[in-house]
Amino acid sequence: MGQHETYDVTIVGGGVIGCAIARELTRYDLKTALIEKQCEVGFGTSKSNSGIIHAGHHSSSDTLKGPLEWAGNQLWTQLHQELDFGFERVGELMVAWHPEQLETLKHYKEQGEARGVSGLEIWERDRLFKEEPNLNPDIFAALFAPTAGVVNPYEVCFSLIDSARQNGLDLYVSSQVENLSQIDNSWLIKTANKELKTRYVINAAGLHADTIAEMAGLKTYAIKPRKGEEYMLDGRLKGIVKRIIFPCPSGVSKGVLVIPTFNGTIMVGPTAQNIEDKEDLSTSMEGSSTIFSQVKQVVPGINERDCIAEFAGLRAVADGEDFIIGPSAKKGFINVAGIQSPGLTAAPAIAIKVTNILSDEGLLLNPNENFEPTVPKRVIFANLKTEEQIELAAKDPRYSHICCRCEEITEGEVVEAIHMGAETLDGIKFRTRAGMGRCQGGFCTWRCMELISRELDIPITEVTKRGGNSWIICEHDLEPKSGDKP
Amino acid sequence: MITNRPVHLRKNYDVVISGGGPAGMAAALGAKEAGAEKILMVDREKEAGGILWQCIHNGFGLHHFKEELTGPEYAQRYLEQVIEHEIDILTDTYLYDIDREKNIKLMSGEHGINLIDSKSVILAMGARERTRGAVRIPGSRPAGVLTAGLAQKFVNMKGYLPGRKVVILGSGDIGLIMARRLVLEGVDVVGVFEIMPHVNGLSRNVVQCLHDFDIPLHLSTTVARIHGNERVERITVAPVDETMQPILSKSWDIECDTLLLSIGLIPENELSRRINLRFDPVTTGPIVNSSMETSIDGVFACGNVVHIHDLVDFVSQESLLAGRGAGEFITDSRNPADNIRLIPGDNVAYCLPHTISTDREHTIYMRVRKPMEKCTIQFGDVYGRKLAYVYPAEMVTIKMRPKLLQDFHGDFLRVNVVPR
Ligand SMILES: Cc1cc2nc3c(=O)[nH]c(=O)nc-3n(C[C@H](O)[C@H](O)[C@H](O)COP(=O)(O)OP(=O)(O)OC[C@H]3O[C@@H](n4cnc5c(N)ncnc54)[C@H](O)[C@@H]3O)c2cc1C
Repeated sequence: MGQHETYDVTIVGGGVIGCAIARELTRYDLKTALIEKQCEVGFGTSKSNSGIIHAGHHSSSDTLKGPLEWAGNQLWTQLHQELDFGFERVGELMVAWHPEQLETLKHYKEQGEARGVSGLEIWERDRLFKEEPNLNPDIFAALFAPTAGVVNPYEVCFSLIDSARQNGLDLYVSSQVENLSQIDNSWLIKTANKELKTRYVINAAGLHADTIAEMAGLKTYAIKPRKGEEYMLDGRLKGIVKRIIFPCPSGVSKGVLVIPTFNGTIMVGPTAQNIEDKEDLSTSMEGSSTIFSQVKQVVPGINERDCIAEFAGLRAVADGEDFIIGPSAKKGFINVAGIQSPGLTAAPAIAIKVTNILSDEGLLLNPNENFEPTVPKRVIFANLKTEEQIELAAKDPRYSHICCRCEEITEGEVVEAIHMGAETLDGIKFRTRAGMGRCQGGFCTWRCMELISRELDIPITEVTKRGGNSWIICEHDLEPKSGDKP
Repeated sequence: MITNRPVHLRKNYDVVISGGGPAGMAAALGAKEAGAEKILMVDREKEAGGILWQCIHNGFGLHHFKEELTGPEYAQRYLEQVIEHEIDILTDTYLYDIDREKNIKLMSGEHGINLIDSKSVILAMGARERTRGAVRIPGSRPAGVLTAGLAQKFVNMKGYLPGRKVVILGSGDIGLIMARRLVLEGVDVVGVFEIMPHVNGLSRNVVQCLHDFDIPLHLSTTVARIHGNERVERITVAPVDETMQPILSKSWDIECDTLLLSIGLIPENELSRRINLRFDPVTTGPIVNSSMETSIDGVFACGNVVHIHDLVDFVSQESLLAGRGAGEFITDSRNPADNIRLIPGDNVAYCLPHTISTDREHTIYMRVRKPMEKCTIQFGDVYGRKLAYVYPAEMVTIKMRPKLLQDFHGDFLRVNVVPR
C-alpha cells in the first residue's frame, strides 16, 4: 500500500454526534475525516429517535447530560438558520394527572430555572384545554416549556455533513473501522479497503463505541442497547396536539410521548427495553400495545388503526447512564460514548466541548478563513408558492413530475438528493421524504429505483433499500437460491 | 401509444376528471353522453387505463361486455371510446390541488404547472394498498416486504421478480392472483396466510389461483414476526385465537426472501379531504347521492375512491352514472333530488349510494359484515330479496325499481340482512 492519507482528526461514526463534531472542526484550519460503516451518515440511532430538541429542564444538573441538554438546546436556532433542515420550537407540555404530581412539575420547573431555561409555566386546566382541546379531560395540570422543539433528525445529519464536506471534510461511507493501532504519535485506522493516518481519533461510534475503544486498547466501559419503538400515524391526525406531550415522569416508567413531528405527522413512542443484540431493530406486539394503551389515555382521539409505519431505535447506554466524553488513557483517542437521550439535543454543545478537549490535548486551532456556515437551500417543492412552482417547473421539467404522491416530492428533488450522495431507497427517503407517507412507497418505489439507476448508471437490479444485501428485485433467468443475492 | 393529448390546455373546462382508470374513463363517456363539451381526463401515469394495465389475467368484462377480457383489453376498449368521443386525455399529469370553487392546479410533464378551473369535477383516483404499518407486523424491517400490487407491477409491467421464495399475507384478490402469477414465473410460493376464518377475495380466485396450482391456504393464521436485517430471511407464522392474537406456542418458521401483503385497499381521498367532502366512516370514501354527487355541488366521485369494488364492471357502471351526473349538472338537466336515505342495519357494513329517489331505477351496492347462508336482504318493509349466501368479500348488487317504492312515504330505509 502506498502513502496513507494523513489527517489531524478522524471521527469514527457518522451519527448526529460525529457529524456535529465534524462540522464544528471544519471551522478550523485542520485536515479532517469521518468514517461511517453504513452507506450514509445518520443511519444508526440518529435517524431512529423521537426528534425532540428537549427544552433544557429534563436532565438533572449533577450529570453531564443536564448542562449539555440546555447548552445544546440554545444552539439549535442558529444551527437551523445556517443549515437547511426542518426545525420548529413547538413547545412541550409535561402533563400531570393528580394534584400530588404538581410537586414533580414544580421540581422540573425549578431545575430548569436554576439553569436559565426560560418561559417555564405551570398551566392549570383552563389554559391547558384552551390550548390543547384534544387532551384527556381528566388531566389536572401541565408544565409548559416553550423552548422544546422538533427536528427531522436524519435531515440534521445530512445538513451537518453537507456543510462539513463543503468546508473540507473527507467523508468515507460504507467503511467499517476494523482496526486501530498507534504508531509514533499518530493512529493508523484500517477499514476493509482503506488505511489512514491521523493524530487524533474521535470515537463517536454510538452503540459500538465500546468495540472501537477496545480496538484502541481500552476496556473501560461497555455499551448496552436500550430499545425504543416508535409508531407513525396517518397525516390525517395532523394538529390533534400542537405541542410535544410528556406524561409526568413517575419513576417506574418514562412514559410514552405524543410528538407532532416537524412535518405535522403525529408520532407516538418510545418504549424503553434493555436488550442484548445491537442489531435488533425489531418492533413487537407488546411494544405497540404498551404505546397505544398509554397514548389513548393522554389523547383519546388516537387509535392504532391510524398507524402507517413503525420503527425502533437503540439508545447507547453506558454504565452509570451518563455520557462519557473526554480524553482517554491512550493519547489522542477521545471518547464520545454513551450518548443516549438527550444526545440529539446536546449534539451541537457536545461538538464544541469536544473541540475544546482537542485544544486541551494539544491540537492547534487556527480559524479556517474560508469557513462558510450556510449550505445552499434545498428545494422543497411542496413548500413553494404557486408562482415559484410555475417558474421552477418551466425552467426545469423535472420539477413538473411528481415522484412521491403522498409527500408530493418531485423528480427534481429526488435527483438532487442522489447528487448529494443518496444511493439507496432509504437514502432518498430520508433526504426527501419520498416513500414516507401513507402508501409507504407503493407508488414511488419504482420511480425512485429508475432515477437511482439512471443517475448513478447502475442496473436497476442493483438498487437496494439501504445497501448490503437489501436488494429489491431480481432477474428471471437465474437459478433460485434462497437467501442469496441473485 | 394511444393519445388524445390536448396541444393547448384550456383555462376553463366543463368537467375535469381526476384519474384515468376504469372509473375515470367511464365517467368521461357518461359526461359526454349527457351533453358536456369540454372534458379533460388527467392521469399521473404515462398512459390512461389505471391499474388495468398490470392486471394481465382474464376475468374482466363478463358483466359489461359479456365476454372474458384481460385487464389491458378492457382498458383498451374503453380508451378507444374515450378517444373516439374526442375527450382530452392528459397523462403524465398530476392533479396537485383543488379547492371548493373547483380551481385546479395541474402538474403536467408536458405543460408544466397550470391553473385551470372547471364547472364540475369527478374524483376517480382509485385506491391504494394497505401496507405493513396498517397491521403493525412485529419484527425487523428488511427489504422484501411489499404489497402484492407493487409486486404485480414489477412482474407484469417491468419484467422483474420481487423475490425467489415468497409468502403471501392476506387473501385479497391481488394476493391470490399474484400467487398464481409468481408460480407461473417459477417462483416458490410457500402459501397464502389469512388471519380471518374466511377468504377475503372472490371464490373464483381461490379455485383458479390457489387450488388449481396447489398453493396452500392457511385460514385463521397470520404472520407473527419478520426476520432478517437487510433482506427478509425468515418469517414466523402462527394460528390466531378468537381475539385475533397469534398463538405463539403453535407458531412455525418459514425460510423465504419475500413477504407480499394483500391486506386490503383504502380509497385514495387525499384530494377529496382538501375540499372537506363529507365521508362515510365505513367505506372511508365520500358520501354520494344516486348520481354519485358528493356533499359539494358539482363534485362527483366514482370507482374505488368511493368504495372498494371487486369487479371492474361495477366500477364502469357506477362511473357512467357519475359522468352523466356531471354532464347533467353542466346542462342544467339534473334529476330530481333524492328523497330516501339508505341506512345500513343488521349485518350490513355499508350500502351505496347513500340516498336514492322514488322516480327511477337504482342499483344498490352493498357489503355484509359476516358470511351468512340462506338469508334475506330487507329494505325496510317495502322489499325483501332472498339470497343463497352472502359473504364480505363479494359485493351484493340489488336493483331497486321505482314500482317497489310507489307507496313508500318515509324518508329513510333501513337495510338488514337477516337469516331466513
Ligand atoms: C427511541 C429513541 C428516541 C430518542 N429520542 C431522542 C429525542 O427526542 N431527543 C434527543 O435529544 N435524543 C433522543 N434520543 C437519543 C439520540 O437519538 C442519540 O443520543 C443520538 O442519536 C446519538 O447519536 P450518535 O451519533 O452517538 O449515535 P449513532 O447515530 O448511532 O451513530 C453512530 C455511528 O457510528 C457508526 N459506526 C459504528 N461502528 C462503526 C465502525 N466500526 N466503523 C465505522 N462506523 C461505525 C454507526 O454506523 C453509526 O452511524 C433517542 C434515542 C432513541 C433510541
